[in-house]
Amino acid sequence: MLHIINFAHGAALMMALYGVYFLHQKAGLDPYLSLPVMVPAMFAGGYALYRFVVARASHGKDENILLVTLGIAIVLENAALTLWKSDTRTIETGYTFTTVAIGPAMIALPKLVAFGGAALVAALLLAMMRGTDLGRAIRACARERHGARLVGIDVEHVFAMSFGIGLACLGAAACFLLPAYYVNPQVGSGFVLIAFTIVVLGGMGSFAGALLGGLLIGVVESIGGLYLGESLGQIGIFLIFIAVLLFRPQGLFGARA
Amino acid sequence: MRQLATIAAFAAAVALLPALTSSGVVLNIAIMTLYAALLGQAWNILAGFGGQFSFGHAVFFGTGAYAAAVLQARFGWNAWATLPAALALGAAVGGLIGALSFRYGLRGSYFALVTLAFAEVFRILANNVEFTGAGVGLMVKLQPGAAHLQFADKAGYLHVILAFVVVGLLVSWWLKHSRYGAWLQAVRDNEDSAAALGVNVFAVKLQAIMLSGALTAAAGVFYVQYFQYIDPSLAYGPAVSVEALLGPIIGGLGTIWGPILGATVLHLLGEATRGLVSSLPGVNLIIYGALLVLMIMFLPRGIIGLVK
Repeated sequence: MLHIINFAHGAALMMALYGVYFLHQKAGLDPYLSLPVMVPAMFAGGYALYRFVVARASHGKDENILLVTLGIAIVLENAALTLWKSDTRTIETGYTFTTVAIGPAMIALPKLVAFGGAALVAALLLAMMRGTDLGRAIRACARERHGARLVGIDVEHVFAMSFGIGLACLGAAACFLLPAYYVNPQVGSGFVLIAFTIVVLGGMGSFAGALLGGLLIGVVESIGGLYLGESLGQIGIFLIFIAVLLFRPQGLFGARA
Repeated sequence: MRQLATIAAFAAAVALLPALTSSGVVLNIAIMTLYAALLGQAWNILAGFGGQFSFGHAVFFGTGAYAAAVLQARFGWNAWATLPAALALGAAVGGLIGALSFRYGLRGSYFALVTLAFAEVFRILANNVEFTGAGVGLMVKLQPGAAHLQFADKAGYLHVILAFVVVGLLVSWWLKHSRYGAWLQAVRDNEDSAAALGVNVFAVKLQAIMLSGALTAAAGVFYVQYFQYIDPSLAYGPAVSVEALLGPIIGGLGTIWGPILGATVLHLLGEATRGLVSSLPGVNLIIYGALLVLMIMFLPRGIIGLVK
């Protein structure tokens, strides 16, 4: 939305997954019940990270944000490697292998919950962007940073808030993801480029675009995997990413050229 | 001229290193530092002098490495003969990526992301086609002897990588003192005013990425001779791309000596921490990452910026 390209997104997701994992192992908290812990914690972490590190280091240049978040990603990934070793960990819950029949399709319950959760989070975000002062402020900063400052918006605060909200979403994603997924120190890096691709494809700053982009990427990944094999199949995502950046940088649904 | 004399003095000093010590450990550190410096110099041409930050320099490195490995292992070429082929391929890949992304006006972070995506595409391709040895990788036959660009002792490798780095230094010096270098730096400082003054922005950026790609490919050729092995993650993985940008940023962007200074600091620091906490994997990378953040935060002009 604000053209902050955050390389540490994957690493932050990885940390959130570890958070959910340890809440489950040490405190016996169900992944879905750790939502009220993870979301505020990730929000606070994101807000602080932006305020005290990213904003100070960026000197107002896009490339610096990219480099700084890359540095943060390297630190987080290797800190996780040092602390928790490179083992892949999963959790067992009572419903990990439960499936639900919807018409002719059998769907794993955790995946269904994750789908519902993602839709809910997206709806909440959309409502926030449309209906609250913060949402309006974020949109104002995205469109015209100096103008926003002139009418009295605390631009740095708004940027930090949206960074925090982005990470809070990751906290939620981690809670929904872990019952059906796994965690290891490298788990995030696979998500980073996919997330960029989805956002670029849908159009920067467009929520509906991000949702549709996500669906499209999922389909491309599955079809690519089916016809080209597991490892060559991923190439489709990157080719789409390159093509969209080159030929349609405003995205499929982006408003502005 | 004074700078050329400094370059000559540096070359002579490093070349004499094997006369002072025959310690394989010390020479290996020197070789790996020079190798990182070479990657950094190549990256610095495009980012430091040209203002185009690439996050996917592995694409050039891997192309050079695979050019050497495939031509040697599959076609029995002499290693020296693969060098011009690798340089040409590195430049060609640079030309391809540059032509596409500069033609469509990608700047800043978008250019960085597109280079990263290209590196991933090449990695997946290398993983899946037959002649690169796919996921297994390629082994190159060990044939010690200067005629084969391979050596029984570290001193030979040190002199080869030193020669590459000196070429990198001379290229950087040339960029500081030539008309082309002035154009490139004008594009970095303000693309629109450079264009208004009659600089062909597209051509200048394209030449920079090709030059940078060729020099990075040279590092790939050296890597294959030194380790006699390459696989898709080593060649096109993000580690090389990160290594290429760390040195210049820490040493000083757009300077002649920045990449070497940064690579030296990083490698000495890496060795020191490895000695202290060898039991923990990844600690030296934590320090690299933290250093990257701190440098951008407090010393955006690098260590050299302190002196000037």
